[in-house]
Order: sequence, then structure tokens, then C-alpha cells
Amino acid sequence: MDFINAIILLLNYIFIPALTYGSQLALGAIFVTLIYGILRFANFATGDMMSFGTMAAILFTWYFQSLGVSLGVLPTALIAIPFAIIFMIFYMLLIDKFVFKYYRNQKSPPVQLAMVSIGVMFVTQAVVRIIIGPSDRRFFDGEKFIIKAGEFKEITGLNEGLAIKSTQILTILVTLILVSTLFWFLNKTKTGKSMKAYSDNEDLALLSGIDPKKIVMITWIIAGILATIGGTLYGLDKSFKPFTYFNNMLPIFAAAIVGGIGNPFGAFLGGYVIAFSEIFLTYAYKKFFMYVLPESMEPDGLVQLLSTDYKFAVSFSILVIVLLYRPSGIFKGKVL
Amino acid sequence: MRKNLNVIAAYSIMMGLIILVGIFQSWNIALSIFNLCLISAVMTMGANIQWGYAGLINFGIMGYTALGGLAAVLISVNPVQEAWSAGGSNILFSLLLIIGMVLAVRYVLKKYDKSKLRTYIIATIIISGIILVRFISEPGIEAIEEVNPAKTGFLGGFGLPIIFSWIVGAIFAGGLAFIIGKVALGLRADYLAIATLLISEIVIAIIKHEDWLTRGVKNVIGLKRPAPYEVDLQQTDWFINLVEKFNFSKLNLIQDFSERQSALNQLVIEGSSIFVKLCYSGLFLVVVIILLILTQKALYSPWGRMMRAIRDNEEAANAMGKNVVKQHLLIFVLGSAIVGIAGAMLVTQDGLFTPGSYRPMRYTFLIWVMVIVGGSGNNFGAILGGFAVWFLWIEAAPIALFVINLTTSGLADTHFLKQHLIESVPYFRFLMMGIGLLLIMRYRPKGILPEKIEIK
Repeated sequence: MDFINAIILLLNYIFIPALTYGSQLALGAIFVTLIYGILRFANFATGDMMSFGTMAAILFTWYFQSLGVSLGVLPTALIAIPFAIIFMIFYMLLIDKFVFKYYRNQKSPPVQLAMVSIGVMFVTQAVVRIIIGPSDRRFFDGEKFIIKAGEFKEITGLNEGLAIKSTQILTILVTLILVSTLFWFLNKTKTGKSMKAYSDNEDLALLSGIDPKKIVMITWIIAGILATIGGTLYGLDKSFKPFTYFNNMLPIFAAAIVGGIGNPFGAFLGGYVIAFSEIFLTYAYKKFFMYVLPESMEPDGLVQLLSTDYKFAVSFSILVIVLLYRPSGIFKGKVL
Repeated sequence: MRKNLNVIAAYSIMMGLIILVGIFQSWNIALSIFNLCLISAVMTMGANIQWGYAGLINFGIMGYTALGGLAAVLISVNPVQEAWSAGGSNILFSLLLIIGMVLAVRYVLKKYDKSKLRTYIIATIIISGIILVRFISEPGIEAIEEVNPAKTGFLGGFGLPIIFSWIVGAIFAGGLAFIIGKVALGLRADYLAIATLLISEIVIAIIKHEDWLTRGVKNVIGLKRPAPYEVDLQQTDWFINLVEKFNFSKLNLIQDFSERQSALNQLVIEGSSIFVKLCYSGLFLVVVIILLILTQKALYSPWGRMMRAIRDNEEAANAMGKNVVKQHLLIFVLGSAIVGIAGAMLVTQDGLFTPGSYRPMRYTFLIWVMVIVGGSGNNFGAILGGFAVWFLWIEAAPIALFVINLTTSGLADTHFLKQHLIESVPYFRFLMMGIGLLLIMRYRPKGILPEKIEIK
């Protein structure tokens, strides 16, 4: 019995939260990796672009709520997402036209494009804060839990409760659907294949008649979809605050590099690697050992490897280890 | 003279703007802007050495700034004797253990060839070392943090004059840069940027949460000053006489004695804070001028030529027998050390150390905007960038307010759009910075004062 309790404990506090957080990171990491693979620069505006998309989703959610539209048990934000995506894609294409296109045509070095993306970061951050303000916002409505901890205890008769939030299941499901559609698109359709070719060798792709303008536009569209959905899912699960989104850029970058930058599948797995290790290393295992070990061997301390304040340190250490031992990431980078 | 005309013109415009602020707002504000401009100028010089001379991207400026600030605390605060006796020995012993661990790892690295076994041995040393250090330091840390937590709760510092911390800050930052450089400098440019950004976040996390060393988010206030205190100045005779002399004609207009006295008092209070700020300006100016002379000398020396050669074509420089890795490490350490000085200066001026206030937007990306806008590779450009961008950063809110009032003058004061815009005035500075950076990068990619290399 104690053993089952211990497993439920780990499921509740490590496995499900890490899976959710990992899905959110994975979407961001694929976004980074796509931009890096096709447009060839590290996009420092990632976090703020995600917060822009989320802001759009929140505004549409508020509009639908004021109309009285709702999905019942599901959050209203789900109806808002498609509209937010359109808004977001429009914003991204606008930025591309006025900012990035010039440098692409000039064939500027990636470093310069990264600097330009810092300018975009400043502007996007300002726009988000001017429109919606810097404060913490929750926009989740509908049924909060699928199983509450108390109900679970009653049903199973265990000491440990398992609480599953509906946002967690929603995040994992949506991520799986989105990512599998994306991989189908990249691997099976003609456009997807031409994107891969373009990322692999630009000149060769141009010679074989691939239209670079179309490729770039589709990349921004996919990036817009990923950023909006990833950001909104994160906001639904936790809350929306522009500063947090900006900070999320760091684990997202770490995930993209760990997976091999330029490789979407690597980025997808990288998100989970970062999320699981962050939560594994910062969880206090005291209760777990209380169940597993006999009473005489119970630990005194919290049995926590690292305090939760050092979450960033975890993602960075993984990054360093991977870069030192496999500079191209766990999966070979640069093959979209 | 003529070829430097644009430099002189740009600097005169900048000084003119600050003087305008002095006339229209107040000299107090003008001087505090000027002081922070000087500190920003030191930071941009540090970043410029790395980016402009050598083409290295360092997004960890925030980390070095914070380390400089930490140096100011550790140098100037008086040691807390109780805390030392409570947990000092544990901390010292853990420090020795860490040093021993590093030496052991180095020994293993040197002695054995690269193999799986070596990796495992190193991993075992590090993991067991960390566990041992935690085991020993934990009671010490708890004891230290329990010593009068409302006032101290940390080990304190050495009780030396705070000016020394400017040098120590440089050493701290340079030391960190050495470690980071050893690990990360081999990375590609954009990886290096991300890695340094992450490291600076970790440095901030450590400073924020290791209360026994830094007091963490409880902040350290009331640091010693290299300049006199306003309260003392207001009671010294020579200062009151000085203020009286300066405002002689104004004071003579007032006939009534008591009224004249109170007017004088008011002037003395204002004057004292201006005087203190002027003291700081003098100190900072000395630092900026010394650094400027050194960096200019370095730029036109054979070493500077070599750095540019490495920046422009690494492989060719390598083929000519220049040790690229070593030079990169050197310049990474030097630039970071300069940023460390700026961090210590900043804390010295504020008189307080607040780890919570270190944010990447303000301390990393803004500095980068300064370097790019001012002109990378040109020290005068970098300093000008520091001045111009900091000035705009401070004055952005009044400018934005003015523009909003102008464009929405047709709307009623209670109109929701106008109210919303006025509430979000502080965020327009981000917008201005971003648009400024994008415009400069597009139309003047080398900055306001571009790099200009003359062969002498």
C-alpha cells in the first residue's frame, strides 16, 4: 500500500506537472528551432512574442465572455485561440516585412539578426504592457479539476490524493495533436519537404525552384500558431504575466539547444528533458522516502537536491553538459 | 580638429540636453541623470571592449554588475562578529573543501587521458563534494541567519572604505568571466549569447537566495559613502558660507532677517544634495577618463590591431600564429572586469544593495542598446551611447506624456483611451528603446559615431 502511495505522490507532484510544463516548453522550443533553422537566427523576442499571442487570446476571451459565449466545462479561451492566432500571424508578418526582411535580403550575419530581434523584443514587450498592463492575469474559466485530490482518496482509499487539473490534460492533448500535425506537415507534404530542403541547403533549394518568400511566410505562420497556443496554454495553466513570459525564454532556449537547434523533434523532446530535470532536482523527497523506507530510516531533512530558487541553474547545467559533450545537441541539429 | 567635429558636436548636444534638464526641471535631477550616465558609460565601455574590439557577445552584463555590487557590500560593511563566531568556521571549512574539490578535479583532468572512467571519477568527486559541503555548511548557514535577522543575519564584510570595492568588484567580475570563458568561449556566437544570459540569471539567483552572504532580498542598506553626508554638510560653516556667497544677490533682495534666514536654509538643503552629487560626479568622471585613456591606448596599440584582426577574420589571425582562444579569454575577462567596476560604482552611489532590482532588461539589454546605438568599436561612441540612451530612458516618460496629451487633446480627460494611455506611460520607454535600436540598426548600422581606424 505504501508503495502505491509513493507512486501516486510522484505522479501528483512530479510526473503530471513536469509533463505539462514540458509540453509548454516544447511548443516554445519548436518555435525557436523553426526560426533558427529557416530564418537562421536566435530569436530573443521568443518570450515576448508568446506573451503577445497570449494577450490576443485573453482579449478575445474577454470579448466572448462579455457576449456570453462559453464552452461549459472547457475554458472559453479555446474559442479565442483561432482568432488570436490570426491576429498573431498578422503581427508577425508585419514585423517580418518591416524589420527582418531587409536583413535577410542583405544576407546579414546571424549575430546582427539576433541584435535586431532584441529591438523587436523591446517593441513587443512595450506593446503588450501598454495594451494589457504588466500585472498578473488569470483568464481560466470552466471546470478546474478532472479529479480532485479528496475525491481520488475517497475512491481508492489511499492516503495520497491525485489531483488532475483540466488545464494539464488540455495542455498535453493539444500539444500532442499540434506537434503530430506539424511533423506530418513537415515530413509528408510538399511544402513541408521544401521547408526542410531550404533549411538544409538554401542555395540548392533555390536552384530547384523553391520560392523563398513562400517558405519564410509559412515559417512565420507556423511560428505564430505555436507561439499563440504555447503561450495560451501556459497562461491557462498558471497565469499570464509579461515578465514571466520573458523569463521563460531561458528554459525554452535551453530546450531547443539541448535537443539540437534546428531539429524540431529534438526541440520537442528537449522541452521534456528540461522540465523533468528541473522538477526532479528541485522536489523535496521527504514524503516519498517516508513511504518507501522503514520507519527507522526516515530522513530528517527535506531530501531536496536543490532549492526551487535554482530552477534556472538546472536548465543551464544541462545545457553546459550537453554543449561540452555533444555540441550539436542530443539529436543532431540543423536538419529540419 | 576638423575630423573630430562630429564627436565634439555630439557631446555638446548631449551636455546641452542635460543642462536643459537642469534649467527646466531641476539641477538635482540633471546631476543624478549625469551620474548614472557616467556609470552607464563605464558599462558600455566594458561591453564595447568585448563586442567592438573582439566581436564577442556577452549577454551576462547583469551578472557582472551584481557581482560588483556584492563587492561593495563585502568590502564596506562592518563584520558581524556574532555571526562569524556562530557559523564562520563552518563556512570557511566548506570553502576549503570546495577549493580542494576543484584541485582534485584538476589533478584528475591532468593525470589521466580522456576516458569514460575519468568522467565517472570526476562526477563522483563533484557529487560527493557537493553533498559534503552542504552537510557541513548547512548548520553554519542556519546559525548565521539566526543572528539578529532583522538587522544583520549575514556575515558582513571587511569594514574598509567603499572605494576599494571598485577594484575588488573588477576582480570578482573578472574571476567569474574567467570561469565562464573557460567553459563557454568555444561556443558559436549565438550560443555564447544564450549561455552568458543564463549564467547571469544564475548569479542573480545565488545572490538573491544565499542570505548568509548577501542578506538576499532583505537588501543591505546604509552603506558607507566616499562623499560627505547631506545632514553633516548642512551644519558646517564653510558650506553655509559657500551657499551664501553663491546666492548673494538673490538673498540681498530679501529685507526681513528671519525670512532671509529661512530662505538661506532652504538653499543650503538643496545645495547640500547637489554638492554630494557633484562629489560623486567627480569620482565617476575620474574613473571614466582613466578607462577612456587606457582603452584608447589599447585600441591603437599592436594588441588592439591584433584584436581587430581576430575579430575580422579569426582563421587568418590564427594562421598568422595569434592565439585566438587566449586573446578571447583575455578580452572577455577585461571587459567583464570593467562592468564589475560599474556595478560597484552603482551600489556606491545608491548606498544600498537590492538583489531584487537586477533585471535583464535594465542591466543587460539596455547596455547593449547603448553600445549599438553609440557605435561599437569606438570608445567615444560607446560613452555617447551610454549618455544618450540613459538620458532617453529617464526622460522617456515625460516625453511620452507630452506626446499623449498632444495627440489625445481632442478627447475628454475621462475618456478611457486617454486614461489607459496615461497609466501606461512608463512602458513607452521600452517602445522608444526598441524603435530607436531598430532604426539605428537599419539606417546607421555602425552607430552614431562609427568605428574609425586611423593608421598612425
